[in-house]
Amino acid sequence: MIHIEDLSKYYHSLCAVDHITLDIHKGEILAILGPNGAGKTTTLRMLTGFLRPTTGSIRVKNYTIDEHPLEIKRLLGYLPESAPLYHEMLVYDYLDFVANIRQLNGDKKLARIRHLAKLCDLHSVMHRPISELSKGFKQRVGLAHAMMDDPEILILDEPTSGLDPNQIIEIRNIIQEIGKEKTVIVSTHILSEAEATCDRVVIINRGKIVADSSTEMLKQSTDGEYLVNLSVLNADLETARSEFLCLLGVVDVTQMRGTNKEEQEGIIHLRLTCRSPEDLRGAIYQKIKATDWILLELCQETKSLENIFRELTKGEG
Amino acid sequence: MGQVIHIFKKEFMAYFVSPIAYIVISIFLLITGWFFFTTFFLNNQANLRNFFALLPIIFSFVVPAITMRLFSEELNVGSYETLLTMPVTLRDVVAGKFLAALAFVITMLVPTVSYPITVSFLGRLDWGPVAGGYIGAILLGAAFCSIGLFASSLTRNQIIAFIIAVAICFVLTLIDKMLFFLPRSLLGFFEYLGADFHFENISKGIIDSRDILYFLSVSFIGLYAAHLARQENN
Repeated sequence: MIHIEDLSKYYHSLCAVDHITLDIHKGEILAILGPNGAGKTTTLRMLTGFLRPTTGSIRVKNYTIDEHPLEIKRLLGYLPESAPLYHEMLVYDYLDFVANIRQLNGDKKLARIRHLAKLCDLHSVMHRPISELSKGFKQRVGLAHAMMDDPEILILDEPTSGLDPNQIIEIRNIIQEIGKEKTVIVSTHILSEAEATCDRVVIINRGKIVADSSTEMLKQSTDGEYLVNLSVLNADLETARSEFLCLLGVVDVTQMRGTNKEEQEGIIHLRLTCRSPEDLRGAIYQKIKATDWILLELCQETKSLENIFRELTKGEG
Repeated sequence: MGQVIHIFKKEFMAYFVSPIAYIVISIFLLITGWFFFTTFFLNNQANLRNFFALLPIIFSFVVPAITMRLFSEELNVGSYETLLTMPVTLRDVVAGKFLAALAFVITMLVPTVSYPITVSFLGRLDWGPVAGGYIGAILLGAAFCSIGLFASSLTRNQIIAFIIAVAICFVLTLIDKMLFFLPRSLLGFFEYLGADFHFENISKGIIDSRDILYFLSVSFIGLYAAHLARQENN
């Protein structure tokens, strides 16, 4: 569907996107993750034809962005970051304007605006100026704008930033609903969001792709390393540390800070980093059972996307 | 072409939802009305020469105030990105915005038609120069609108856009009054550059293709420069 090859963008001497090659298939919900300034927005802007790439090519279906920018723009619906819309216009007038530009007219236009108003729950603000809307409503107007022509590809740049938890869930539901039939590309730096809504995750750091796989795959690709969190009473930190390190497969023991009250009561929280193909929780329990410590909590933490993200995007400062 | 009309409509309506349009129109009518009628009865002549003589200098302040928001506001808010990622070309956007500003200038001129009507009651008015004057005013408005549009395409700050446009329009208006500083050999060239010089001809009722060509080429250069400036920034 979308084929990006060797794409890069320089702002004067600053390299924002560094030779990216990426294929996006039809019907995928793709998340582009990355820390601030990683080049997410620049990549999306080039994809939508707003910025001209310094090198490389973008092909959408059979069109290239240099030769057929209009055809590509017709296939795309794009919501830029923080939904910059015309502040002075009424919501209805704005949607009407977008529909006109998208060459919808007559009954079709009305039906489409009505449908989108329902989908994005805009009925109550239809005749208010955009500048008076709350951030959540602005974002929804932006979403309606992007979906006006029922585009085959929907590109959303940080669609949930600045929204409250309820609104985030609503937007996610809408994304998943659309993603059943359409290709959706979402950029975000909120990991749980990518985890919850997307099939495939591309992590960008400093303009380069550092990871590209399905959400499931990414979580498994962690060479058998996992964490076990423990809370014990009556234990002494040093002995506990040496005891656990005796266990085969435990490579590191760190203390986690608890609340002051817990410290007074003598509860300590430990995090054990285990590297073993087997489940070490049984062995850990046996170890504690042999002492007079009281085990309050024991749980295994699978490596979340957050850890992976942090690992992949840290480094050279 | 369809896209140009949609953008034109949107931009033209945008003038009238904010108070700016009404303020600009009122100020324009106040200034022209005041300067025209204070000297009108002293001259004791039934013509609009003084009104049209004032126009270039007034336009070089008023038109930039109309055009300054066209690109700058969009660049500042970010809606420029939303607009350009819809299926429109930059050419549609530039043309639509230019036509909207020009239409606004024409709207602003409409109430001034009451001046010649008033004058025609007071004496025998020759309508030829009046018609020429209005055609010239529209051409002058077009030229200044395109200059203002260009200035607006350079920056996201409306005040800077306004000042750049005023500076260019002001120079074009006053250049033929400053010619005594120049050597004789350059005189013709610089005289030809002056907007006021060409406007004077038309407002006398002499419609010369050279004057029309001048205004059309200034408009075209302004629009092309705006297009280029925006394209270069991407």
